[in-house]
Amino acid sequence: MNAVLARMVSSRLFWPIVMLLVLFLINVIAFPGFFSITVRDGNLYGSLIDILRNGTPTLIIAVGMTLVIATRGIDLSVGAICAIAGAVACSILLGAPNPGDPAIVAVAIVTALIIGLVCGLWNGLLVAAFGIQPIIATLILMTAGRGVAMLITEGQILTVDSPPFKSLGSGFWAGVPVAIYIGAFVFVLAAVLTRRTALGLLIESVGINPEASRQAGIRSRGLLFAVYTFCALCAAVAGLILTANTMAADANNAGLFIELDAILAVVIGGTSLAGGRYSLAGTLVGALVIQTLVTTVYTVGIPPIATMVFKAAVVTVVCLLQSPTTNEALAGFRRRLALRTGKGAVAA
Amino acid sequence: MTDITRPPLPQDHPAPVVEMTDISITFPGVKALDSVSFRMFPGEVHSLMGENGAGKSTLIKALTGVYQIDSGDIRLGGEQVTFHTTAQAQDAGISTVYQEVNLLPNLSVAENIMLGREPRRFGAIDTRRMRARAREVLDGLGLDVDPGSLLGSHSLAVQQLIAIARAINIDARVLILDEPTSSLDADEVAELFRIIRALKDDGVAILFVSHFLDQVYEIADRLTVFRNGRLVGEYLTHEILRIDLVQKMIGKEIATLDALEQRVHDAETDADDATVFLRARGLGRRGAVEPVDITVHEGEVVGFAGLLGSGRTEVARLLGGVDRSDSGRLSIAGTEQRLRTPRRAIAQRVMYSSENRRAEGIVDELTVRDNIILALQADRGWFRPIPRKRQDELAASYIEALNIRPGNPDAIVRNLSGGNQQKVLLARWLAVAPRLLILDEPTRGIDVGAKAEIQKLVFSLAENGMAVVYISAELEEVLRLSHRIVVMRDRRQVADLVNDDVSVDSLLALIAEGSDAPTDTTPTEGETR
Repeated sequence: MNAVLARMVSSRLFWPIVMLLVLFLINVIAFPGFFSITVRDGNLYGSLIDILRNGTPTLIIAVGMTLVIATRGIDLSVGAICAIAGAVACSILLGAPNPGDPAIVAVAIVTALIIGLVCGLWNGLLVAAFGIQPIIATLILMTAGRGVAMLITEGQILTVDSPPFKSLGSGFWAGVPVAIYIGAFVFVLAAVLTRRTALGLLIESVGINPEASRQAGIRSRGLLFAVYTFCALCAAVAGLILTANTMAADANNAGLFIELDAILAVVIGGTSLAGGRYSLAGTLVGALVIQTLVTTVYTVGIPPIATMVFKAAVVTVVCLLQSPTTNEALAGFRRRLALRTGKGAVAA
Repeated sequence: MTDITRPPLPQDHPAPVVEMTDISITFPGVKALDSVSFRMFPGEVHSLMGENGAGKSTLIKALTGVYQIDSGDIRLGGEQVTFHTTAQAQDAGISTVYQEVNLLPNLSVAENIMLGREPRRFGAIDTRRMRARAREVLDGLGLDVDPGSLLGSHSLAVQQLIAIARAINIDARVLILDEPTSSLDADEVAELFRIIRALKDDGVAILFVSHFLDQVYEIADRLTVFRNGRLVGEYLTHEILRIDLVQKMIGKEIATLDALEQRVHDAETDADDATVFLRARGLGRRGAVEPVDITVHEGEVVGFAGLLGSGRTEVARLLGGVDRSDSGRLSIAGTEQRLRTPRRAIAQRVMYSSENRRAEGIVDELTVRDNIILALQADRGWFRPIPRKRQDELAASYIEALNIRPGNPDAIVRNLSGGNQQKVLLARWLAVAPRLLILDEPTRGIDVGAKAEIQKLVFSLAENGMAVVYISAELEEVLRLSHRIVVMRDRRQVADLVNDDVSVDSLLALIAEGSDAPTDTTPTEGETR
């Protein structure tokens, strides 16, 4: 029993999950109906469903970000890529005679994804081929990207009316919001792609020791290209969901600060910013923690002006719990505990 | 645990400055130290002896506050102490120079020497005084190094001496030198020993850890032997024979090395009959090494001999595709190849195992299994993962064949001792079935037992038809293993000998020849190539 507990505490997922449960608890106390899920018109509604659906864009980006961070990199341009993807999709829909035509919507989505891919290739080019530090390389697109989106929307906020497109953000399929399917698909895709193949091992290896990896015959350049491209694609997907939520392409505000939420989700999930070993499951929990936080702010009735401070406080607690110093202290405690129980066993 | 083998102390012998009693440290899955005791006397050089994983590094880290002890008692100058940080240990007068240089290459020499104790003026660092003080320390060691130069711009050997300068500057009562000579040449070792003797006369207690028995016998007054985390005993150096010492260290009879040597000479590979595997003609790289001609046959061990910086590593890196050559030609198994990346070399089954194990070899946060399969997996491509069952088989077979300890494929490589890390690295290359394996200092910082194991392995690999290029700073090792020996000096190939009646002395003569002449600038000779 004790051993099981010790294993759980030492797991990287332990503190994020505890955090999530604590947040749930706070919500239930403030709002007893928090866990209830109702069925209306055959569709599921409830706070948990909202958290899942609204957390999807952050989760999708955080999945891509996890892989980037595992290679010792970072991608600050994801928010700008969200805006570009939304702008591209909306301008195509607006330019079409019939925005409600599913074929046109498909063209808009595919084009937006291709543009996202191009953004990722650009980042990959700067990082992998030119060896620019990732934070600088992606800062370029972070600042320039919103300008590009602005050019696409010609400085306007483009509002569209297209039911098929709208369903990406607020539609349901078999009772579950479409966005959740998309999020689940991206998550499973990334997990299968990296853990069912050797990609995950190679990414971690490059993140831990690039030179040793090179000498072991790993093509780190190709890997970096792939990882940044995948991350940008994730950002484009998230951008489409965000745009479909509001049915408007806002070059200035779409996906604003979402890169920070995504990075936070990765860090809360226990993946080190120093690169190396990563945990997609951790990222999932991290994204849920962040979205639950936002919900908590509303249910508990914290004034919106204090939201950021509240969020920062929670994140600080999670980071403190995960810090090496805390873990060392906990490890020492566990070891003393184990020693004592071990001695007890001998005496008995 | 009190009945330890210890020589009796004479009446007037000073009291120990360091006394560690019944120290135990446990890591997850490993009992690193099991109730060991250790003491050091002022004005004495004490050597800690043992194989990899014997617990030497762990004991040092316990004494310097890196690791916390689980049980036991540490006394410094008779008073019980507990160090939670290295800074506390330093303040108490214990200063350490680690095996791998732990300084900051992007700072100046002076900043490295004075780090944490910079002289201040109005709260800001007084750079001028800092450099002056650093200069004094360097002069005291007879080192001609500009204190303002960047540490990273100096050779590893000089960095090592600067690390010692830093340690000395702390006014240490106890100076710990962990493998200080592993990257030094003979002159530098002599220089270091001169410094050690001077410090000893000042009453400093010195802990000298080295795998070079000659050096231990030259400098140490007292020896303590560890084996598998346990204390074997404490001895006076002049009272214990080498063969006895080695037996105590590895706990078994070792006649293997001599037998091995016999086998190499019996084998008598006829170079003309064996097929040529690799042939390099005029292969060179500007600024690194002058063009060399190298031929390696299948089943042949070619030793590279030369001092540190002679170009032996540089040639090996060209052969392994780690650095690109800018002149000459290279053919493998009869076809011309350009090995522009290690990946291409590995595709040709040519592998370079770096001398810099930690920075360029192992991937330290990954498990033993992941490290072993890494090159094979990279070669197969990411889309064809090695099935888990096959991974486990590979890991298990190499853990057994190379005697990797702890024998747990899920152990994180960072937690292994240096020798076991080296074996993991070797396993990585062997898993890809190399046809030419280039081993750059595979036995550096490794104890006698593991050394013998690796040498035996190299020999049996060659017997089975693999070509091996073997680089070692120890000439005896090169002589013992190699069929042919390429001698390098000052970035130039000076000889290519068949190893039939080559002696250490004749090899030394080749390596040292002309070393009296200025070595930094020889433009006329350079132009003739």
